[in-house]
Amino acid sequence: MATETGIGASVKRKEDARFITGAGRYTDDVGQHGQTYAVFARSPYARARLNGLDTSAALATDGVVAVFTGADLQASEVGDLPCGWMVKSKDGSDMVQPPHPPLAVSSVNYVGEPYAVVIGETLEAAKNGAEALDPDFEEQDAVVDLATAAEADQIHESVPNNQCYDWELGDKAATDAAFAQAHHVASIDIVNNRLIPNAIEPRAALGEYDEASGTYTLHTTSQNPHLERLVLAAFVNIAPEARLRVISPDVGGGFGSKIFVYAEETAVIWAAGQLRRPVKWRAERSESFLADAHGRDHVTHAELALAEDGRFLGLRVKNKANMGAYLSTFASSVPTYLYGTLMAGQYKTPAIYVEVQSLFTNTAPVDAYRGAGRPEATYVVERLVETAAREMGIDPAELRRRNFIQPADFPYETPVALTYDTGDYEASLDRALDHADYSGFQARREASEQGGKKRGIGFSCYIEACGLAPSQVAISLGAGVGLFEVGEVRVDVTGSVTVVTGSHSHGQSHETTFAQIISDKLGVPFENVTVLHGDTGRSDYALGTYGSRSLAVGGSAIIKATDKIIAKGKKIAAHMLEAKEDQVEFEDGSFNVADSNQSLTFGEVAFAAYVPANYPLEELEPGLSEKAFYDPPNFTYPAGAHICEVEVDPDTGVVTIEKFVAVDDFGHVINPMIVEGQVHGGLAQGIGQALLEHGVYDDTGQLLSGSYMDYTMPRADDLPSFTVDTTVTPCTHNPLGVKGCGEAGAIGSTAAVMNAVTDALGVKDVPMPATSETVWRALRNGGNG
Amino acid sequence: MYQFNYHKPSTLTEATSRMVEAEEGAYLSGGMTLIPTLKQRLAAPSDVIDLSGLPGMSGISIDGDIVSIGAMTRHAEVAASDAIPALAELAGGIGDAHVRNRGTLGGSIANSDPAADYPAAIVALDSTVRTSIGPIAGGDFFTGLFETALREGEIVTSVDFRIPDAAAYEKFPNPASRYAVVGVMVARCGDAVCVGVTGAGPHAFRATALEEALAADFSPGAVDGVAVDSSDFNADIHASAEYRAHLVGVLTKRAVARIG
Amino acid sequence: MDIKVTVNGTTHHLDVPDNTLLVDVLRERLGLTGTHVGCDTSQCGACVVHMDGTAVKSCTVLAGQADGAGVTTIEGIGRPDDLHPMQAAFRENHALQCGFCTPGMIMSAIDMVQKSEGRLDEAAVRDGLEGNLCRCTGYHNIVKAVLSAQDSM
Repeated sequence: MATETGIGASVKRKEDARFITGAGRYTDDVGQHGQTYAVFARSPYARARLNGLDTSAALATDGVVAVFTGADLQASEVGDLPCGWMVKSKDGSDMVQPPHPPLAVSSVNYVGEPYAVVIGETLEAAKNGAEALDPDFEEQDAVVDLATAAEADQIHESVPNNQCYDWELGDKAATDAAFAQAHHVASIDIVNNRLIPNAIEPRAALGEYDEASGTYTLHTTSQNPHLERLVLAAFVNIAPEARLRVISPDVGGGFGSKIFVYAEETAVIWAAGQLRRPVKWRAERSESFLADAHGRDHVTHAELALAEDGRFLGLRVKNKANMGAYLSTFASSVPTYLYGTLMAGQYKTPAIYVEVQSLFTNTAPVDAYRGAGRPEATYVVERLVETAAREMGIDPAELRRRNFIQPADFPYETPVALTYDTGDYEASLDRALDHADYSGFQARREASEQGGKKRGIGFSCYIEACGLAPSQVAISLGAGVGLFEVGEVRVDVTGSVTVVTGSHSHGQSHETTFAQIISDKLGVPFENVTVLHGDTGRSDYALGTYGSRSLAVGGSAIIKATDKIIAKGKKIAAHMLEAKEDQVEFEDGSFNVADSNQSLTFGEVAFAAYVPANYPLEELEPGLSEKAFYDPPNFTYPAGAHICEVEVDPDTGVVTIEKFVAVDDFGHVINPMIVEGQVHGGLAQGIGQALLEHGVYDDTGQLLSGSYMDYTMPRADDLPSFTVDTTVTPCTHNPLGVKGCGEAGAIGSTAAVMNAVTDALGVKDVPMPATSETVWRALRNGGNG
Repeated sequence: MYQFNYHKPSTLTEATSRMVEAEEGAYLSGGMTLIPTLKQRLAAPSDVIDLSGLPGMSGISIDGDIVSIGAMTRHAEVAASDAIPALAELAGGIGDAHVRNRGTLGGSIANSDPAADYPAAIVALDSTVRTSIGPIAGGDFFTGLFETALREGEIVTSVDFRIPDAAAYEKFPNPASRYAVVGVMVARCGDAVCVGVTGAGPHAFRATALEEALAADFSPGAVDGVAVDSSDFNADIHASAEYRAHLVGVLTKRAVARIG
Repeated sequence: MDIKVTVNGTTHHLDVPDNTLLVDVLRERLGLTGTHVGCDTSQCGACVVHMDGTAVKSCTVLAGQADGAGVTTIEGIGRPDDLHPMQAAFRENHALQCGFCTPGMIMSAIDMVQKSEGRLDEAAVRDGLEGNLCRCTGYHNIVKAVLSAQDSM
């Protein structure tokens, strides 16, 4: 049903009414009577033994309620923070996972690692108490450099060579054989810079314990409250799930960093139980910089073998990935199953071999950040393809075209374990070239040169595997949880509809998009649909929001539940109209009997469901409320073409983005306005990685980019307006034909920017971020920074 | 923040005596540096003395070729003034709109942040810093990293700038903080050329080698070949000393080109 | 210390510790949680309010500095059924996603438009938003919203 509020319409958002009037309710806006305040004592050293901790002065500080140390948590049998994905090394051995106590007990391994929590009547008292702690640290040499971490001092007793795993994917022999036949081999050595996520809302938690029921309630800034509850119940041993409720109210952005279960909320909920009082914590931004899981941080060597005509013969990737000091919740999966599996990109590369060595360093844990593994993979493939095009003198668009998987090739099985269902990569590239006015580039370049500037253009034709994930596949590859989603559709007596989804919305607009789907499918007014999320007390066990999965997986669950509603509605209607069930059709919000003028509105059927006069109870239950779990049969494969055009000021090295074009194929689009917004935000993060953002540690493991004074967040004046468009090949295996749009911008854009920068400078590589000094040096040296 | 006593004196004398009486006092003007410092517990003054209640400390007046700007004048007000266009441009590029709505001239220069913008103008324009004790020549005001010629308890009350024949300010902002990585104010007064540089060194200074070259030939090309000594320049993750030295030259050329 | 602040038209006499920030007065004492705190270095702009008609970062104003002032917060400029034109423009242009930066962004944008001499162009709007960080939108739609709101303000 195409309406102003149905599928395909740019409906204005339901969420906005509260956000634009200041009525949003974020975790820090929630307060409880008698609440106390938590402040975490954090390690000033990147690596040290904690030989003792004198808490007496802290406990004696005015207004301090309690001090809890790592030893206290251990004594209370609070469990370690687990990693949820088991990756195996080449030799079949399990990855090595060092113990990760929520509060450090005997050693600290990154600056900012918490080793105690001080609870005060006021925030100020708690801060005073934290300053009065007297830890006995014995500083040790820190391991900071990823490239040499395997040869450096051993950080964890249980982790030889600081190696988490040494993983491989693909056929090594076939790939080596392909290289032996190559006409040309292009190779690159690149660094994927460490990023710090920086959702504008800092993480926060409010823990409560209700003595009467023995129930814990945790308000926290989580993208997936059920996962939070599962870990706190099953691993940390706070309470059984039935007596632990996790609520994620409005959450101010996540970008992956709020997927994970962190030390702080763990300590807060546990302390609330110990104290029988509410305990609240909100990160200061400096804490976010130090202790939110960071993203990316790879050092990579990659080679592409090509035939004389430019056909790709083989791809070899050797990568080192930084895990930081401990394994965060999904850290192990990011540089492996979300990375190596994407190395085919959009191309028919017949042989691919990927090796990934993941290493520990004395830095903050690294985990999924918008795109998670797929931006890193795209960066390898697309920088390499562009390099090959330049070296072989083939137009970079043309080289890609020659190697694209063609529409007729789908379903296409890649050499790296994925089966792409559908796509039309040439269509996206053609559209992007058009928007970018590629044919006019030379003239623009000459104009820039006349003005003393250098101009470059760069491409990135990315693919991503989204809609995480088919549980069967994920579990077989080491996932510790299923990755389905739940959706519940409750039709109210008067015909309004409440949807409960396990997908949490922290900017993605589920309250609008899901309402559009329901309105469209059930024919009920958009205004009458309310979407609830973010509360383990409301929805069944669910997996939450990450990996561009909400619509493809969560939306599909809602569709399944809606189908059940319609099926039951038909039964009710058949009974009411004295027709056979298979004669009843549902269309445009009414139940009609075929070949008759008999009809009931959706509202009439809903009312009858709850007012079951004359109801065949033995055949039909009252009520109209259905639930469905959806487990996707495959990943979805959004893909697209990004083209970036930059101008460089050779005097200063300043790079300006003159134009950025993104043409993406997300399958069917429910709300184009929202999808464009998701792309814009992703582009800003991808461009931020290329030109601005960098998490930098010094040799001793101190974070040099630990505030907005030094970590360059993209601001309005750093970015252009974007040209965004879509092409559509519907996903073949979910009911909406959708693929997911949340991460595409961040996955595709970075390589396009850097291909443009290197094109402008006429150099092979510039390290990211391509800051003005880096570019200026590259120009002076004619090479790598 | 640690605890402190907040005072809002209504006379200069009361303000200075509050400072004398305090165990460790801090003057508060716009608060754009002090308050973030307090929030992060990087300073622990016993007493914070807010200067915003002092009379006659704010506003811009012109007397002949002297522009006098009260120490409590907000950056936004200077940015909107046409008294000295280059100074207005400088003020309009400080921080962000909110910083300009609160931050003050006096607060900025009294802090002597090596990356602040105003110091470039203080040293480049013929200026006099007026204080609760007496005048200090602009050229003598900055003495080190976060150090000035102000004596204990001394309050900047206003700054006099002689209107130059022509001037221009060029800034290369730190991409994260938006402070100056390097800022260069070039001013012509008769035959004299002044080049004030901020951001590059421990405090704002005049680039005399550039001034001499430009006095001989006031053209962008005259800057080429003039070596900028970067031996005591700042270096951080955004810009090395060498790059800062390079930027001093580039920005000077651009300022000269704009003056024409 | 005793302070008097008039917030969204209502005058409050409050006794607060000397080291209190304006943002804490608003959030903790007056329950106006629409004003947010996103950083500790006065950079992010989530806390922007109007003080005596000018946009300020309320995390960088002491309560004492606000004594006697008139303060307007996001709660004071419009209601869902009677939106300020800037609020309406943000909604119309999808200029917000998670909503956390939005109150500060809107308060900054209103001040920018009110103080502009003549029409703002895209570059001026981008420049004027320098003090407000958004991680969701890439600013694209925020810029559009501000440009469109200046016609209706």
